[in-house]
Amino acid sequence: MAEPPARAARIRRFSRTERAAHWLLAAAFFAMLFTGLCLSVSSFEGVLDRPTAKAWHLGSAIALAAGLAAIALVGDRRALARSARELDRYDRDDGAWLRGAPRRVLATGRAAPPQGRFNAGQKLNAALIGGLMLTMYVTGALLWYGERDTTYRFAGSVLVHDWATLALMALVAGHLYLAVLHPATRHALRGMTLGDVDAGWARAHHEKWADAAARDEAERVRSGA
Amino acid sequence: MERPTPTPTPRESLPIGRAALLGTLAAGVGGIAVAPAVSRLLSHSVPSAGGLGTLLPGLGGGWRIYSVQYPLPRFDPRTYELRVTGLVERPARLRWEAVAALPGEHQVSDFHCVTGWTVTNVRWEGIRAKTLLDLVRPQPAARFVSFQSLEAPYVDQISLDQFRESDAMLARHMDGKPLTRSHGAPLRLVLPSMYGYKGVKWVREVRFDATEAPGYWEQRGYDTDAWIGRSNGYG
Repeated sequence: MAEPPARAARIRRFSRTERAAHWLLAAAFFAMLFTGLCLSVSSFEGVLDRPTAKAWHLGSAIALAAGLAAIALVGDRRALARSARELDRYDRDDGAWLRGAPRRVLATGRAAPPQGRFNAGQKLNAALIGGLMLTMYVTGALLWYGERDTTYRFAGSVLVHDWATLALMALVAGHLYLAVLHPATRHALRGMTLGDVDAGWARAHHEKWADAAARDEAERVRSGA
Repeated sequence: MERPTPTPTPRESLPIGRAALLGTLAAGVGGIAVAPAVSRLLSHSVPSAGGLGTLLPGLGGGWRIYSVQYPLPRFDPRTYELRVTGLVERPARLRWEAVAALPGEHQVSDFHCVTGWTVTNVRWEGIRAKTLLDLVRPQPAARFVSFQSLEAPYVDQISLDQFRESDAMLARHMDGKPLTRSHGAPLRLVLPSMYGYKGVKWVREVRFDATEAPGYWEQRGYDTDAWIGRSNGYG
């Protein structure tokens, strides 16, 4: 009797391009958070002198934008486009996943609706972080330009910049908890560092994607690739 | 192998991700217009905004309270004394009743902080330079005025001409009420053409000097003339 084709123990979740973009964003975020705190929170006053903190704050913002553009230019644009599309589209299961999320937090062990490569929470997190990031760029540019032409110095710019910072801090704190500490989800960190995740974990947490990946793998084996 | 398998897109799916992203951006950009009003509303509805406002930006009606020493100085009208010293013909020590009795004027001006925040249309009431100068009569050699805070070691200095500017004052009231503790009770310098670090709070001494002496933040690299939009590397 022929052995069934061995199922891959691990499946690829993120290409090198996606991981590069993620870690660039993470590094720039923390650089901007630290220098921003030095610039605006009095208990951080004196940790970095103002001109240095400001130069690094602006430099990180520019490096992030330029770096993401460079990654898109030289990297695997098709992989990026696929991820963007997956993050954009929500199906019935995603709606059910979001509606059931509060209940699942209160009573662990409840089964979640089957999810794709990204669950609905990850999709929402990505959209909020993207929107907040662009808000930071708009208000940050106004703050920068308002120093040169006080006509554009609006009282609201810095308030929105601060509130968006608080929102981003909350989202990133939740993201870090799920990626590093929470037992059920922290395996996902491997996907963002090494690029692949355990196939069994993927089936449990991202069923629709794991199924598609298994079909892909079977196809590859069949065609001898 | 390098490119991961995507999730197949089901026929019935909606582009909610981009809607959420653009909606967040729209709320953020639109928020620039309404944020000051929201912040004022929050500062009225949260009673402890004075203390909480220092932790959560935007709860203090746009104000952020910076201090170099905790706790903030506490004004006691029974012990408070304003000293006017240095190169003057008649040095003065004024008890609070005497300071409160000095003639005052009202003005509405914007307040700009070097860290980027702004509060527009602040209503101030306070003592003009001329009132103080008539009282103590500076000597001809006096060219600078230093303001020493109850919050040691905070001090700052401006030129006598800057003190004489028509919108400069030693404020006693803000927005129709006596200065609160976090806004520098009982007396603070208001100098609308410059960033707020020049506006010494909790003023306890006004000294007339012949020479320049760097203030607290000037010793830490900030510009002596803190013109809004024209100093501190533009901000």
